[in-house]
Amino acid sequence: MTNFAQTSPQSPLQTQPRTLYDKLWNAHVVHTESDGTALIYIDRHLVHEVTSPQAFEGLEINGRKPWRLKSILATADHNVPTLGRHEGITDAVSRLQVETLDKNIEKFGVRDYFGMNDARQGIVHVIGPEQGATLPGMTVVCGDSHTSTHGAFAALAFGIGTSEVEHVLATQCLVAKKSTSLLIRLDGNVGRGVTAKDIVLAIIGKIGTAGGTGYAIEFAGSAIRALSMEGRMTVCNMAIEAGARAGMVAVDDKTIEYLRGRPYAPQAAQFDQATAYWRTLHSDIGAVFDRVVEMDAAQITPQVTWGTSPEMVASIAANVPDPAKETDPVKREAMERALQYMGINPGTPIAEITIDKVFIGSCTNSRIEDLRAAAGVVNGRRVASNVKLAMVVPGSGLVKRQAEAEGLDQVFLAAGFEWREPGCSMCLGMNDDRLSPGERCASTSNRNFEGRQGAGGRTHLVSPEMAAAAAIAGRFADVREIL
Amino acid sequence: MEPFRVHTGLMAPLDRANVDTDAIIPKQFLKSIKRTGFGENAFDEWRYMDHGEPGVDNSKRPLNPNFVLNLPRYKGATILLTRKNFGCGSSREHAPWALQQFGFRAIIAPSFADIFYNNCFKNGLLPIVLSELQVDHLFNVGMATTGLKLNIDLERQVVEVPGAEVYRFEVDDSRKQSLLNGWDEIGLTLRHIDKIRAYEASRASTEPWIFPEQRG
Repeated sequence: MTNFAQTSPQSPLQTQPRTLYDKLWNAHVVHTESDGTALIYIDRHLVHEVTSPQAFEGLEINGRKPWRLKSILATADHNVPTLGRHEGITDAVSRLQVETLDKNIEKFGVRDYFGMNDARQGIVHVIGPEQGATLPGMTVVCGDSHTSTHGAFAALAFGIGTSEVEHVLATQCLVAKKSTSLLIRLDGNVGRGVTAKDIVLAIIGKIGTAGGTGYAIEFAGSAIRALSMEGRMTVCNMAIEAGARAGMVAVDDKTIEYLRGRPYAPQAAQFDQATAYWRTLHSDIGAVFDRVVEMDAAQITPQVTWGTSPEMVASIAANVPDPAKETDPVKREAMERALQYMGINPGTPIAEITIDKVFIGSCTNSRIEDLRAAAGVVNGRRVASNVKLAMVVPGSGLVKRQAEAEGLDQVFLAAGFEWREPGCSMCLGMNDDRLSPGERCASTSNRNFEGRQGAGGRTHLVSPEMAAAAAIAGRFADVREIL
Repeated sequence: MEPFRVHTGLMAPLDRANVDTDAIIPKQFLKSIKRTGFGENAFDEWRYMDHGEPGVDNSKRPLNPNFVLNLPRYKGATILLTRKNFGCGSSREHAPWALQQFGFRAIIAPSFADIFYNNCFKNGLLPIVLSELQVDHLFNVGMATTGLKLNIDLERQVVEVPGAEVYRFEVDDSRKQSLLNGWDEIGLTLRHIDKIRAYEASRASTEPWIFPEQRG
């Protein structure tokens, strides 16, 4: 056990110092079994078309109804086309899945649904916060592992499987066991051109993709406090890529100002009442974490993944590592297999790797701040001639509209980017946006697994600024030299 | 859910760490609105030489002869032995569905990704954590012995190599009881209906903004 800060002597009247995770967990326990398994209450249930059809079917078969309709916010994001949307979905299997969601929403009487043609439609993890439907102190679940995103608002947010989607629909609760706690503290200032994405990739590079397994992570320290809400969402989004179901950040003024006036957030006097509670949502001084990892933010450089796991990551200034120098045989074999799949030789300077496609989007990096940052790099430049496709997929209809109001679409279009409709798109390629075998992509998404963006496709994860720089250079380039 | 009590079956070794759910069941098969039909596409990109799509007759597709689960000696395997962090990545329950429908009843690894581990229990598929050393040993024995069968007893929480090692594993008691009895978890939770209602009433008084439907 490690202390977060020096332990102050507690008088018997004072309660034990608690972590943010302790507070969120304790506030939601409905019942505890003798082995510590608890029934926890779920405040917000985000629903999308891929992981919900079997859950709704299960409800129907058992003659059950959703417990609390107003907890549900639903949208169609994974299968939706990003081109020619007014023509509908051409792939019959994808279309059936979206139509099944439409039907379930109607059949079960869900009121808050941003269907494919709703102006507010978008990636579920973008629209929740954007609408103020994700609030501090909430438990937030969704049949999607990137639900950890919402922890940026000091919510306890995590992904669940379809059986659990059905369980939450039917009971508003989940059976769960408390995780252990991991504090990742980043102090210091990041350099120019270093973003939230680089921070989280560097964290994963350090602790590994299983480093957070079994933990709920709290991200803290001056470098996290310095991030915007969008940046914090990017960091929490990829907590799952470090193995942790949940990532979270304490409430501060930025959290509260972000939420003020959002449609689903409390309004007027109730907002002030809520704020008073939300401000208690931080780890107490002296709170004890099961594990603490400290990093110096000033040491973090722009990151590029070179392999088929997010932990296979390096600085833009580095060379691709050599498996021959790895002593662990399981790791060495994984590196060899990854490099073979990626078509890269050990020792290649990352900045010499050329690319075929660029994808700026996904629940990790498709918010307005991401698009502004990428447009800042692109402005007045052209996409390199060897790049077959460079696309920007805004995270939601409202992000798209905001970007257009700011003229960002024109910046991208003038440079040779495509400007698409919102959705998950080429992060996982359930719609038509995919890599072909052997194609190499600079992507702002979250997973570089084999085949993730299309069978045989090769994904390199980067920040929006780095993706923009790669589009212009036709290879990975150090954005710090461009800015 | 199908209960899991005792199982004896052929073990197949998949010698890779960090096997992700995209590898277990690629995204194109997630478009299905059913709970069944995923087994033929488990590990699709490793198992077949061509690209798979929903609705294709998989029996006509060329198999990858080098993929371990295609080797004749592992035909009919019901226990998968693999390396650390199995099931990382997406929350898709289609992954345990695919493994279970492929024929697996249990998976042994030094560690599992959290969401995948959880999803297995909902589907009568038992994930077993053994130490790195024990897993290493099983890999060695499994490679050396054709037709190695293991005996798994959930009640006693042991994995047995017949005539040799007995490895004890840990499992939460609630999960164990649910799996032993094949209980419907939703039904179990609904026994606490009064507690859930009382909890809601209490939260609605302190955090009314969570329950906008109760306004006025």
